[in-house]
Amino acid sequence: MDTRFPSEKAYPFDSESSVGMKTEKIFSMQTLDQIFIIAKKIILGVTGHFLPDWACLLTSILISISAIAVLGPFTMMYLTLLERKVIGRMQNRIGPNRVGKWGLLQPFADGIKMLTKEDIVPLEADKVIHFLAPLFIVMPALLVFAVIPFGRNMTAVDLNVGLLFFIAVSSTTTIAIFMASWSSRNKFSLLGGMRSAAQMISYEIPMVLSVVPVIMMAGSLSTNSIVEAQSRWHGLKWFVFTPWGFLGFIIFFLCAVAECNRSPFDLPEGESEIVAGFHTEYSGMKFALFYMAEFMNSFTLSGLAVTLFLGGWQGPFLPSWIWFFLKTYALIFVMIWFRGTLPRVRVDQLMGLAWKFLLPLTLANLLVTGFWYFTSRPVRIAGSMVLLALAFWILTKLNRDVVPEKRVYHFAE
Amino acid sequence: MEKIFSARDPSALNTETLEINFGPQHPSTHGVFRMNIVCDGETVVSLKPVMGYLHRNHEQIAENMSYAASMPYTDRLDYFNSMSNNFGYSLAVEKLANIEVPERAQYIRVIMAELTRLVNHVSVIGFLLNDLGAFFTPVLYAFREREKILDIFEEVSGARMMCNYFRFGGVKYEIQPHILQRIKEIVKKFPKFLEEFEALLSKNEILCMRCQNVGVLPKELAVSASITGPMLRASGVDYDIRKVDKYSIYGRFKFRIPLGEKGDVYDRYYVRILEMHESLKILDQALKDIPATGELVSKKMAPFLKSPRNFKPPVGEAYGRVEAPKGELGFYVVSDGTPQPWRYHVRAPSFINLTILEDMCLGHKIADVIVILGSVDIVLGEVDH
Repeated sequence: MDTRFPSEKAYPFDSESSVGMKTEKIFSMQTLDQIFIIAKKIILGVTGHFLPDWACLLTSILISISAIAVLGPFTMMYLTLLERKVIGRMQNRIGPNRVGKWGLLQPFADGIKMLTKEDIVPLEADKVIHFLAPLFIVMPALLVFAVIPFGRNMTAVDLNVGLLFFIAVSSTTTIAIFMASWSSRNKFSLLGGMRSAAQMISYEIPMVLSVVPVIMMAGSLSTNSIVEAQSRWHGLKWFVFTPWGFLGFIIFFLCAVAECNRSPFDLPEGESEIVAGFHTEYSGMKFALFYMAEFMNSFTLSGLAVTLFLGGWQGPFLPSWIWFFLKTYALIFVMIWFRGTLPRVRVDQLMGLAWKFLLPLTLANLLVTGFWYFTSRPVRIAGSMVLLALAFWILTKLNRDVVPEKRVYHFAE
Repeated sequence: MEKIFSARDPSALNTETLEINFGPQHPSTHGVFRMNIVCDGETVVSLKPVMGYLHRNHEQIAENMSYAASMPYTDRLDYFNSMSNNFGYSLAVEKLANIEVPERAQYIRVIMAELTRLVNHVSVIGFLLNDLGAFFTPVLYAFREREKILDIFEEVSGARMMCNYFRFGGVKYEIQPHILQRIKEIVKKFPKFLEEFEALLSKNEILCMRCQNVGVLPKELAVSASITGPMLRASGVDYDIRKVDKYSIYGRFKFRIPLGEKGDVYDRYYVRILEMHESLKILDQALKDIPATGELVSKKMAPFLKSPRNFKPPVGEAYGRVEAPKGELGFYVVSDGTPQPWRYHVRAPSFINLTILEDMCLGHKIADVIVILGSVDIVLGEVDH
């Protein structure tokens, strides 16, 4: 029985004969590119000698799962360190540097601290739901790792509806947040939950609609085919370089920031207003799970943005997975940058941005993509740029009430 | 359930208001301030400030000790600006006992008071941005500048925040020439920092959206509620005690009073920035004119530095007030000829400015309440004296 996944078959250098024919330099490059796939195959080859076929299949699945299960929390741990370091630098201070060299062991110290803390459950809380909420929030955050293409052939499950799966699963986070806020019996939590429900549902819509142009152009919902569709020009023909792709990317990224509750859209946990929002009443490892989900969400959403608009793992010279991680971390850096720079918006302004501005703009973007698809080169670039600029201008004019006013100050002698 | 769905008309839904207890343990009530907020959704319907969690009987304590002994207690009123507090108390007692302050001490006093104003305004803007949700970046840049000024305070008085530097009829310690040189450098570099600070903040779209037309305080209301300080001037009322009283030597300096238009949070924020520019002008002039040598404490008061309990002002009463960074800080002292004041009262600006919080907050969102509170600029040590 063939234990390989369908995506692995498509790789042209898969069989040993074709690899052997290349020069040594290219061979090493490809090995580096496929190093994780090769490692997996070696393990499967060894186990294949003494295990039955069904166990081989199970091992293959287990390897993928454990890779994700390690990658997810590990990414989260080091994202916390990265965030603290980067924000520290932005704020003219050093950041964690006591535990290990450059504070590299800080996440482990934090983990130990979180695990050994007392777990406090409020007396009035709905105990079952209060317990389940942190689990329910981590599950979708881990599940969506399955469809992210980390590199060439490195998608755990190449679903043909991968994108739909991602959006559907990640949208269940709202339920977990609402569970947490409702079961805590705390008014700050409740306010946080209300904000979160309103915010995440509103931002889901422009986010999904900003993805539709990509689906139209790639003709597929599979994340792998979307990456393949951006493979021309030596892997540099990314969707972001087209007018509709650029706008779609900006909208998608803004919505992604709002989806994972990060500044300036961190209303559900707005520290200065509602203490900690929906996780006010959580402590210890349960609290850490909320943080884990938040950081994993920001990683996977950045990863999806990279997959959809920035060519995924495509790129010259470097191995594919390095390209993917470089791009993803660049986006995460931008998110941290936002956090270090921007104040928070108010809840009505947040809703206004989603419904009055982003949503009509995504609809205009959809139309422009259709126009792009059916016209030829010189017309489509100029035409779509003009159309988008027009839509942007009209929408800014219509939302004129939020544009800041100029003030003149007088002086008395 | 029946009650909710009995009405056919959806606008007749039977909704309830939510009563929230904000504080005293809350990350952004600037200490142990508490508000009872009743809100409809997120809109504030009523707001009741509850004060007194930091009450320490300041006035009663001062009435039971010598005049000079309560000088360190005034540091703890508004612990950001101990120099201005000392200034106000010294003025009151000097009026009471008719004490002249030597020239050099006058200049040192003005320099310290204006440096304090810089410290206060720069950090209050940082905290306001923190309340707006900017994750500590403005506040840390503000604190970088504040540190430099606190270093100066440390060198002249020995303490960074609780300075206890003023004495009746002068100041305690000599100010060395190299410190004056360092103050000159700070004054020279400060405008550049302010420009940088402003470039990041003043035209930020989110800041404008959050601050403009939020928490409007009309002129008439501000005057009738006896609001003072930058809050009053942001509402467009030209009233600055430095100009009105010309106390100490403020009459000698050229400076302007910035006035706001609308009296919203943005005006309060911007008036403070403009005030810092004016303070720098005063500092510039004071550093130029300060006499190189001279007495620190008037001859009349010099013996009482060693034996403060022998200081007995004549029977009478006096009210000394200064333009503290937060507003009019007044000390009312009544003497009965004994070494202890018969009555001692503090007019705390942030306490009086806080009384109007509800009028500014009604109809706004909860997030705005925090921002409005931040723009009032309170220090709980002073509110609950």
